[in-house]
Amino acid sequence: MSELKLMKGNEALAEAVIRAGADAYFGYPITPQSEVIEYLMAEKPHERTGMVVLQAESEIAAINMVYGAAGSGKKVMTSSSSPGISLKQEGISYIAGAELPCLYANVVRGGPGLGTIQPSQADYFQSTKGGGHGDYRQIVLAPASVQEMADFVKDGFELAFKYRIPVLILSDGVIGQMMEKVELFDPIPRLTDEEIKEKYPWATTGKKSGTERRIITSLDLDSHKMEQHNLKLQAKYNEITEKEVRYELLDCDDAEYLFVAYGSSARIAQKAVKLARAKGIKAGLFRLITLFPFPTVKMREMCGKGIKGFLAVEMSSGQMVEDVQLAVNGCSKVAHFGRFGGVVHTPEEVLEALEQKIIGG
Amino acid sequence: MSDITLDQIIKPENLVYTKTKLMTDKVLSYCPGCGHGTAHRITMEVIEELGLEEKTIGIAPVGCSVLAYEFMNIDMQQAAHGRAPAVATGIKRVWPEKIVFSYQGDGDLAAIGTNETIHACNRGEKIVIIFINNGIYGMTGGQMAPTTLPGMKSSTSPYGRDVNVMGNPLKVTELVAQLPGTYFVTRQAVHTPANVRKTKRAIKMAFENQRDGKPGVSFVEIVSNCNSGWKMTPRDANTWMEENMFPFYPLGDIKVDGKLVQK
Ligand SMILES: Cc1ncc(C[n+]2csc(CCOP(=O)(O)OP(=O)(O)O)c2C)c(N)n1
Ligand code: SF4
Repeated sequence: MSELKLMKGNEALAEAVIRAGADAYFGYPITPQSEVIEYLMAEKPHERTGMVVLQAESEIAAINMVYGAAGSGKKVMTSSSSPGISLKQEGISYIAGAELPCLYANVVRGGPGLGTIQPSQADYFQSTKGGGHGDYRQIVLAPASVQEMADFVKDGFELAFKYRIPVLILSDGVIGQMMEKVELFDPIPRLTDEEIKEKYPWATTGKKSGTERRIITSLDLDSHKMEQHNLKLQAKYNEITEKEVRYELLDCDDAEYLFVAYGSSARIAQKAVKLARAKGIKAGLFRLITLFPFPTVKMREMCGKGIKGFLAVEMSSGQMVEDVQLAVNGCSKVAHFGRFGGVVHTPEEVLEALEQKIIGG
Repeated sequence: MSDITLDQIIKPENLVYTKTKLMTDKVLSYCPGCGHGTAHRITMEVIEELGLEEKTIGIAPVGCSVLAYEFMNIDMQQAAHGRAPAVATGIKRVWPEKIVFSYQGDGDLAAIGTNETIHACNRGEKIVIIFINNGIYGMTGGQMAPTTLPGMKSSTSPYGRDVNVMGNPLKVTELVAQLPGTYFVTRQAVHTPANVRKTKRAIKMAFENQRDGKPGVSFVEIVSNCNSGWKMTPRDANTWMEENMFPFYPLGDIKVDGKLVQK
């Protein structure tokens, strides 16, 4: 049954993994997301649903455990924060290349390097432009509440299996650590071994005698075949771009100026919209939910409707703003505002940036 | 001569040996005289003889045997360089009743993948690890491996391995034998028929251990030649291996039934 609870974002995500009918979670501790594995260990999901939880020796091992389990048709997840996500990139590239379904979360902290344990959104490029090597994409979901930390686990697994693709929940230290009310979805039973074999004939579950063997690999030494494989991947990414874009428009109907933001920056920008309207400035919020696919078409359409300027608000020195510029394509003014390195901007700072960089600029 | 067909030469009554059906018909990509092909074949024979075909999932490494999945006619996954023990862990933990094995070279297992090897062994994963130690990086053209002998030449130790600068060869098999999570640890070779038979028995024991749910990793090292990398003929390579590799990497069981073998 669905249940109302007060939880931290990381805990809601962990609880949702169990409820989503996941078969396994492999992880390695790092602030600010260690609550995920701590919650899972404390909950004994093995007794609740039969789900496996294992603390790996590193993020590299964890993502490769995910590769193995996903390649054998199971529903698996890992999570980490920025430095750990960097370590996983080779594995993610392999997962994308071998077309395996998996879900992982990045509760982003400030960088570069060891950086800080405070929240950040500076992993946007890594998340949306590849991260690992090769021509691949992944679906990126950006929760802006504890509720979405839970809901996107369910949605993320569905998308991962629908497209056989890695799906990333790109969160940040604010969303991961804050407590909010959350309505937890009804538990979904784990698939039985027989159901897995039937639903996922590509998975390595042991070859029946006299049938074709299944191979999970990202390798093809024939470059022409590799090009064909890449074309197939690109066709999949195009389909995702057409069908899976998600965003939310707040106070946009009569807006003259738009904040573009995701995650905790969207929550802050929402408050900035209120402050702006109180001053008579017609501001609205274009909240991104999927970062890949990016809502390029909708943003361009909004631009044509007479928006005078877009302010990209993100806790980075300016990464998402590049996609906003590409979408708007010169048809309106675009500027960036954001504190970074672990500093979280205030709604007042955001409004001031709109006034200075867009309205007055 | 020209009228005789293959079928006539190999009459059923003359047939003394057939290839296991768990090896595909694909021509092996290995150099003539390399041990990889023999190691593949006996591994697949064991799986067939134990009736484990439908339960087994194999993991190919990065190295010359990266294409093991082209030759082994069972469900296979190809792992990132060194990560096969983690991939095996992932599979075995979610399919505990399956038989899972990794097949890895020395660069894969004992350099880039040391962490995954040690920790899978230390956790006591119920998997089989088959480890081909040829003292060199075959696939990438003969660079120094963690197992390259002191003084041995390779393309990145062209004047011989100077242990003061390049470090010492790693006896990873002796190392993992010390861990409580290994159940069976042995070192074998496949360069003579007698050794092939011994190694096959060892591989069989390793798979039986897993089949019977014995606690821990069964780890089979096979010291093998890399005649191309060593720049020798296959015959010279085997002689060199006996004279140089075996004294440093002595053959025999190191741990059986979870207990170190007293020497
Ligand atoms: C991350 C990464 N680093 C390096 C390589 C290049 N590489 C491929 S195989 C190999 C060494 C393989 O040697 P070994 O494991 O001893 O196997 P062999 O080829 O001798 O059988 C290296 C360094 C790679 N593919 N991936
Ligand atoms: S390069 Fe060495 S290891 Fe590779 S196939 Fe040839 S002999 Fe075997």
